[in-house]
Amino acid sequence: MSEAAVRRLQDRFGEKILRAFSEHGNDVVVVAREDLLEVARFCHDDEELDLKLPTTLTCVDYIDEKPRFELVYVLYSVRKKHRLQIRVRVEEGDPEVPSLTPIYRGLDYWERYCWDMYGIRFTGRTKPLKRLWMWEGFDGHPLRKDFPLRGRTGQIPELDIKDIYRGPGPGPGSEPARRAATPRPSQLPIVK
Amino acid sequence: MSSNFGMVTTRRDEAQGFLERLVSRGLGWARKNSLFTYPFATACCGMEYMSVAGSRYDIARFGAEFPRFSPRQADLLLVVGTINLKQAPILKRVYDQMAEPKWVMAFGVCASSGGFYDNYAVLQGIDRIIPVDVYVPGCPPRPEQVLDGLILLQEKIAAQSHPLIDRTPPPPEAIAAVQSQQLAGGRK
Repeated sequence: MSEAAVRRLQDRFGEKILRAFSEHGNDVVVVAREDLLEVARFCHDDEELDLKLPTTLTCVDYIDEKPRFELVYVLYSVRKKHRLQIRVRVEEGDPEVPSLTPIYRGLDYWERYCWDMYGIRFTGRTKPLKRLWMWEGFDGHPLRKDFPLRGRTGQIPELDIKDIYRGPGPGPGSEPARRAATPRPSQLPIVK
Repeated sequence: MSSNFGMVTTRRDEAQGFLERLVSRGLGWARKNSLFTYPFATACCGMEYMSVAGSRYDIARFGAEFPRFSPRQADLLLVVGTINLKQAPILKRVYDQMAEPKWVMAFGVCASSGGFYDNYAVLQGIDRIIPVDVYVPGCPPRPEQVLDGLILLQEKIAAQSHPLIDRTPPPPEAIAAVQSQQLAGGRK
């Protein structure tokens, strides 16, 4: 639907568009982290693209692949009625991405969500980067694939009641099972 | 010296015990039939609570029709729905703010045991942080189940002792426990 938009981006940026493809009716361009701000600025300001509405930003954790995280920006043009995805790969060791909040103010909560759930840091934000859902001081980022399934850390002490077994969680001997079995540092002492 | 009365008691504490039992039964009868509820509704069970409180099932038949949205005026805390770990300190604080005597009903499986939310964010049963009198199973429970639980709670209240004045000082370890609970009720 928006092949014209993809072609326009390829004409404008050339080699900086690493890949462009269409998948399930979505037109996707893959860019490098360094070019993200420039591409997004062009998408927002260009008359022909007119992608003014940031629909969503989410993150995918490909735990087995080398650039582990992939950020997916979905932009929409209300006037031209076309949609475009911009994908950026982020390394696990250096999960920092330039923030798009100076261009798209609506991405504020989405960036906070990605920081909260996946631990992606956004630099150059207009507002401070806080957690969206979990409380301040929560240990870890829960939607990462290596976060233990039952890695519960409460804010107040709880009675020591054994968890109900509800079927297979992380398999025995696996790294998540080991992490779930060992008490986490923020677990508070048990009050009877 | 003979007497026509069936029972003659001369010992003071026995006579007092009789009066206290009478007062306790009367207070228990009054309290079980005038439960002011605090609906702590967080999830879909709240719909079922509305059904219970509405005219079709009518929790007013059991004297518990008066939802008070201040914990200080409530006797019965209805924990209706999933309590996640971010909500747990708030629930604890609400419970601490309620005046004695107070009772708690876990409404539905999520409040009772976490339900199927066996994940990083959900408290696995409110009995880990506050004492619970009645557990009502179901996802969500039928209104009849809730009313059954309420009748169970009424029987429990009627069987409890309700002293007018409790003059016995609490043991020091109980005071320490209350203080630690109060500390735990606040945020870290």
